[in-house]
Order: sequence, then C-alpha cells, then structure tokens
Amino acid sequence: MAYVAIADRDHEQPLHHPHSFITKWVFSQDHKIIAVQYGMTAVGVGLVALGLSLLMRLQLGFPDSFSFLTPDTYIQSVTMHGMIMVVYLLTALLLGAFGNYLIPLMVGARDMVFPFMNMLSYWFYLLSVIVLLTGFFLPGGATGAGWTLYPPQSITGGTPGAGGGIISMLVSLAIFIVAFTMGGLNYVTTVLQARCRGMTLMRMPLSIWGIFTAAILGLLAFPALFVAAVMMLFDALLGTSFFMPAIISQGESSGTIGGNPVLFQHLFWFFGHPEVYIVALPAFGMVSDLLSTHARKNIFGYRMMVWAIVAIGAISFVVWAHHMYVSGMNPYFGFFFATTTLIIAVPTALKVYNWTITLWKGNIRLNVPMLFAIGFIFTFIHGGLTGLYLGNVAADIPLSDTYFVVGHFHMVMGVSPIMVIFGAIYHWYPKITGRMFNNTLGKIHFWLTFLGVYSIYLPMHYLGFLGVPRRYFAYEGISFSETTQAVNANITIAALIVGVTQLLFLFNLVWSLRKGKPAEHNPWGATTLEWHTPDKVPGHGNWGASLPTVHRWAYDYSVPGASQDFLPQTMSSEEAISLGARGTEET
Amino acid sequence: MSFFRKLATKPWLEQDTMDNPRPADIVPAETAKVGLFVFLAVITFLFFLFFVAIHMRADYEDWVALSEPSLLWVNTLLLILSSVAMQGARSASRKGETNAVKVNVTAGGVLTVIFLLGQLFIWRQLIDDGYYAASNPANAAFYLLTFVHGAHMLGGLWVLGKTGFGLWAGRRVESVALSVELCTTYWHYLLLVWLVVFGLLLST
Ligand code: HEM
Ligand SMILES: [Cu+2]
Repeated sequence: MAYVAIADRDHEQPLHHPHSFITKWVFSQDHKIIAVQYGMTAVGVGLVALGLSLLMRLQLGFPDSFSFLTPDTYIQSVTMHGMIMVVYLLTALLLGAFGNYLIPLMVGARDMVFPFMNMLSYWFYLLSVIVLLTGFFLPGGATGAGWTLYPPQSITGGTPGAGGGIISMLVSLAIFIVAFTMGGLNYVTTVLQARCRGMTLMRMPLSIWGIFTAAILGLLAFPALFVAAVMMLFDALLGTSFFMPAIISQGESSGTIGGNPVLFQHLFWFFGHPEVYIVALPAFGMVSDLLSTHARKNIFGYRMMVWAIVAIGAISFVVWAHHMYVSGMNPYFGFFFATTTLIIAVPTALKVYNWTITLWKGNIRLNVPMLFAIGFIFTFIHGGLTGLYLGNVAADIPLSDTYFVVGHFHMVMGVSPIMVIFGAIYHWYPKITGRMFNNTLGKIHFWLTFLGVYSIYLPMHYLGFLGVPRRYFAYEGISFSETTQAVNANITIAALIVGVTQLLFLFNLVWSLRKGKPAEHNPWGATTLEWHTPDKVPGHGNWGASLPTVHRWAYDYSVPGASQDFLPQTMSSEEAISLGARGTEET
Repeated sequence: MSFFRKLATKPWLEQDTMDNPRPADIVPAETAKVGLFVFLAVITFLFFLFFVAIHMRADYEDWVALSEPSLLWVNTLLLILSSVAMQGARSASRKGETNAVKVNVTAGGVLTVIFLLGQLFIWRQLIDDGYYAASNPANAAFYLLTFVHGAHMLGGLWVLGKTGFGLWAGRRVESVALSVELCTTYWHYLLLVWLVVFGLLLST
C-alpha cells in the first residue's frame, strides 16, 4: 500500500496534541471542540434573542398588561432580537459550528489548516457576544435603531441607546467580522487544500458546497458591514458626517453637515442580502444530505445543485437594493434590482424541485432529522413565494414595513434555516456524542415547532395585508379590523408554546448525553466520510493512523443490485462489485 | 483542470479515478499561500468598499479637499523602501543567506515602524493646524483611510516582528523562509494599497 504512505505525508507536520484540561477543552485547537464551543455560545445568545421575541409578543398580544414593557424596551428588543438571530445565532451556528465540525470530517482532513487561527476565531466571537450584551447594561440601554441600524436615527438622541448601546453594537459587529474572517479563511482554505485522496470538488457532499460558498460570500460581504460600522463609529464618536446629514432639531443644528444616509443603506444591504444566503446556502447543502440519506436515494441532479449554489452565491451580490425600494432611487435602478431578484429565484426554485424529486419514490424513513428536512421544504417554499411577490416594486411599496414582510422573512430566513439546524443537530448528534437522542421527544419537538411556527407566521401575512406596521409598540386606537387584536393574541400564545418547546429540545440534548442509548457507528447508513472514522466519536486528528481514500461520490444510495443500500465513499469498485452492485463498473 | 471543467464532471459515473492526489502533493507552504491569497482578496474588497463609499461622499458639496502634507511623500518613500528591503529579504532567503535575511527583515520592519510614526506625526500636525475630523468629511476620510491602512500594517508587523526576533535569537533561514515569503507578498500588497489610497487623497 504505497499510497497510504504517501497519503500520510501530512504526518510530517505534527498535530498539536493537547495535554492539559485547559488546552484540551478550553483553548482547544481541535475543530470539533471549537465547533461545539461555537454552537453552545450561539445557542446561548440565541436563547436571549428568543426571550426578547417573547417579550415583544407579550406586548403585541396583550397590550398594556405588562408594566415592564415600554416603547423603548420594545424597540430595543426588536433590534437586539433581529441582530442576534441573524448574525450571532444563525451565522455563527451554521458556519462557526457546522462549518467547523463538518468540513474536516467530510473532506477527510485531520483538522482545519490553520488551527490556531481557528481557535482565535472562536474567542473573538465570544468577545463580540460579550460586547454586544454589555449594551443592555450601558446607560440608555441597548440600541433601539432596528436591526438595520439606519442613521441618522440610530445615533441621534431620542433613539434608545443612541449614546452607548449603538457603540457597543458597532464595536461588537466589527469584532464579529474579524472573528468571521479568521474562521472563513480556514473554511475556504481547508476545502481547497486539505481534501483527502480521491475527494475531488465534485465528490464533495452538498453540505460542504453550501458551507464553502457561504464562507466565500461572508468573506466578501462582511467587509461592507465593517466599512459601514467603522464609518458610523466615526460619526458617533468623532462627530464626522459620513452618514449624518445636517439636522436641525428644536431650532438647534446638530453640528453635522450634509452626510449621506443612503450610503449607509447601500453598504448595509450590500452585506445584508448576501447574508441571507450566508445562512441559506449551508442550510440548503445540509438539507440535501439529510433528504438523500433518509430517503435512501441519491440527490436528484447533483451537478445542478452545485451550479445552483454557485449561481445563487454570485447573483446574491447584485440584488441588494431590493431592500431600498422605498428609500428613493432612480426607477431604472428599481427595475434592474427587481429583475435580478426574480432571476435569483430560478436556481432557488430548481433546488426546491430537486429536493422534492429526491423524495419521489424514495425509501423514506420518517425519523426526526427527516421530519425537519421535509418541514424545511414546506417553510421554504412558503417564504420563497412571498419573496417573489415582494421582489416586485409594485407589490413591495404598499407592503413595505408591514407584518407581511415580518411574516415573509421569518419564514424564509428565520424558520427555514432553523428547521435545517434542528434536523442537522439530530442527524449528527450520534456522531458528536456517541449516543442517540430520545426519539419521542424529538418528534414532539418537531410537530410543536412546525405547527407552531405556522400559527405564528401565517396570520402575520394577513395582518400585513390589513396594513399593520412592523416595529410598532402599540397601535393607539387604530383597529385595522375587528379581529386584529384577537389574531395578535393568538400569535402570542403560539409563540409562547413554540418558545417553551425549545426547552424540550435542549432537555433532550442534555439528557441524551448521559442517558441516551449508545449509537451505532453509522446509525443512518450514510455514505459520507464522517461516519467512517476509526472511532465512533472521532478523536483528535480524526482518522487514526492513515487518511481515508475516496472512491466515489457521496450519494450512492440504493445502488441497483448491491446487497446493502448504501456504498460508503471509501468503498472501492471491487468491493462494490463483490456486493453485487451493478452499473458501477469503471467508465 | 479549470474550475468550470471541474464543475462539468459527472461524479456518479466515475469511480476510483485518482486524479486528485491530495494531500500527498500539497506542501504546507502552498496552503499558507492560498490562505494569504484569500485574505488579500478580502482586504481588496474592504478597501474597495471604503474607496467607493468615500468617493460617493466626496460628491457632496460640503467636501473641501485637504491639501496633503508634504511629509506624506516622505512616508510613501519610506514604505517603498521597506518593500524593497522585504524583496531583498525574500531573495536572500531563497538563496539561504541567513545574515542577509536578518538585515533586510530588520530594515523592512524598522522602516515600517518609522512610516507608522510618520503617519502619527502627520495626524498630530493636522490636528494642530485645526484640520479636525469633524470639521470636514475630507479630513475624516483622510484619518479613516490612513487609520485602516496603518492597522493592516500593524498586523503585518506583528508577524514580521516574530520572524525578526526569531532570526536575532538564532533561528536559521530555512525555518523562517515561509513567513519571509508571505510577509514580502503582504508588504508589496499593502504598498500597492497605500499608493491607491495616496492617489485617491491627491485626486480629491
Ligand atoms: C419563536 C421565534 C420567533 C419569534 C416569536 C419572533 C418574533 C419577532 C417579532 C415579534 C419581531 C418584531 C416585529 C416588529 O415589531 O417589527 C421580530 C423581528 C425580527 N425577527 Fe424574529 N422571531 C422569532 C425568530 C426569529 C429568527 C429565528 C430570526 C432569524 C432570522 C428572526 C429575525 C428577525 C428579524 C431580522 C427581525 C427584524 C428586526 C427589526 O425589525 O429590526 N426572528 N421577530
Ligand atoms: Cu435581499
């Protein structure tokens, strides 16, 4: 086996083996531990965001019943909830946690290529979370500018947190971007450089394609947010006027002269729209693997799926101004951006068809990860269709800033990636911990969450048609229809139920860690490399003495004639033929 | 194979074909270079966005271009010299001449430090002359760009510093060849960025 010897040349670059508890579990450079650290921090801060959303819902469902809710706390909650969910929860969880865990294992590497930088990435992320949360305790509280942080209002007196909260938010974002860049460099370079023998780009599982493309998007899009944040910090701290226009308030000039607030919006959305795909693409990728594995069928149209991921990534950089239809722009611009927005729907729709066709005549196993994956198809189609609708200037203008938009983006970028994340956590839980989760609890979690989110967000579309505006604390005497208040109360009850259900999920994770039944080595019968490590729960360096060699793509499920319904990526054609597989001869 | 050709392969038909001999052929140095390349792409985007944003802001009539302090030319020269020194370090390290590497790396580092001090001195001067960041967007843009560029130089100095001190502590050239290589690329790149920044400042 001369190959093995060559393939293990990487031993020349000795792995850094940790010795003490601190270097093993705290300042660890092992991608799997960093992934878990990222995941736990993200879930922790995500719970804060969930709590904030429930506060908002209490106010909307039962106005004036809770004295601790004021207009200020409401808008602060909206802002922090939105920003935490999008950046500190979803981005960190999908790339920091899943990216870290899956990339080296799925491409057959021993670790990320720059482990030290990878560790720094996590600690910077943690720092950014801490700085963000200090906003709550500063005088004036957290910022209440809305998650879009539009100036001048975000840094003008009268907005909650205009003195301290916004600074902590901007500084935290800048730190987060540094953290992301260090992580992103690792993800991209590892995929490019550390794939094992035989793992060509087109043999990578779609999870990796999604994460890889998303990491590139992030590396190119986050700088825009960085520029916006730094310039706004200048405006807020040094009194410059990059964004701050001349303002006369109560007869007094603010001192600033002629800045350009729309410039901020361009920068923000040049980041903000790709950000949607930074969270969507990893989710697309992982859900493809989940669907294929649990339907025991190869993913339909693998090449198209890869092309669609790459195409969506590229187009996502030229649609940003569809968030600015009401900011005032040249109508031709509006036309251009409406067109690109509709174009991006084409590869997206293609993916949806391919997922659905993958299920067609599959040997579907309705276990918990699969339930969430199928749930995702529903929520994503739903949110995607309303997105097409809003992409048209004529439909968007009356619906802008109503609950229709809130319903839309929660379906498409809130609930959908979360469904995949739940599915993925259940799917890889046995790999990470070596134990199975509790199936019944998982199913209860799925059904309550799935039906719950529909009862939350479906009615919001209706409220939007009635004209109920978003980011409002109370509707002071305006009743949009007789039922508005009742609908809102129902939504709140559904939200509380969904919120509490998540505790069930956390309980399941923690409880199964100890009490779950020991998992088999490859409980789902999956083909991908991470299920074929020498140890059930891979140790430091992942692959024991020698790196794996890949002989086939990641989707050989139910190959005709074969006596087992999956052929691992590591299986050579001789072995496959000896299992009776037909149509696998060398071509 | 080009990227697009790769994307056109049909993975479900191919088995066992070993046209991907990684990682046996991949040396760590190459990986570090790829990493640096990706990083340079990121800062290209960052500076590009700064330029676009400042350019858009400069269209407003309250923008009063500031007359560049002549010391800026001296600083530019310093930065060019440091890049030259780094180039010297790189070729010396390829020839394996430890001493020449040591001298050149030190020269490059010191020149860069002087450059940064020079930039600070210019800030001081401007502030003394009443060119506050808040008084005009052009001033603010000047502080902003020099600050961001300087911060990137500082990051480079950290790595270069480790290399340099290692050399003085007696490390051999082979063990620092990679960082010298990468630092040189980074220095040239930041020089280029600086020239663009400088050009932008001169043109407004
Ligand atoms: C149980 C789950 C959730 C509930 C009940 C919920 C509820 C809400 C509510 C009530 C608002 C404020 C609407 C307004 O007054 O304008 C809001 C805003 C928002 N939510 Fe959620 N949300 C949930 C999950 C998520 C998730 C997973 C995301 C991730 C993308 C998300 C992202 C946002 C964003 C970006 C905003 C806009 C903030 C702003 O207007 O500045 N939410 N959510
Ligand atoms: Cu968008």
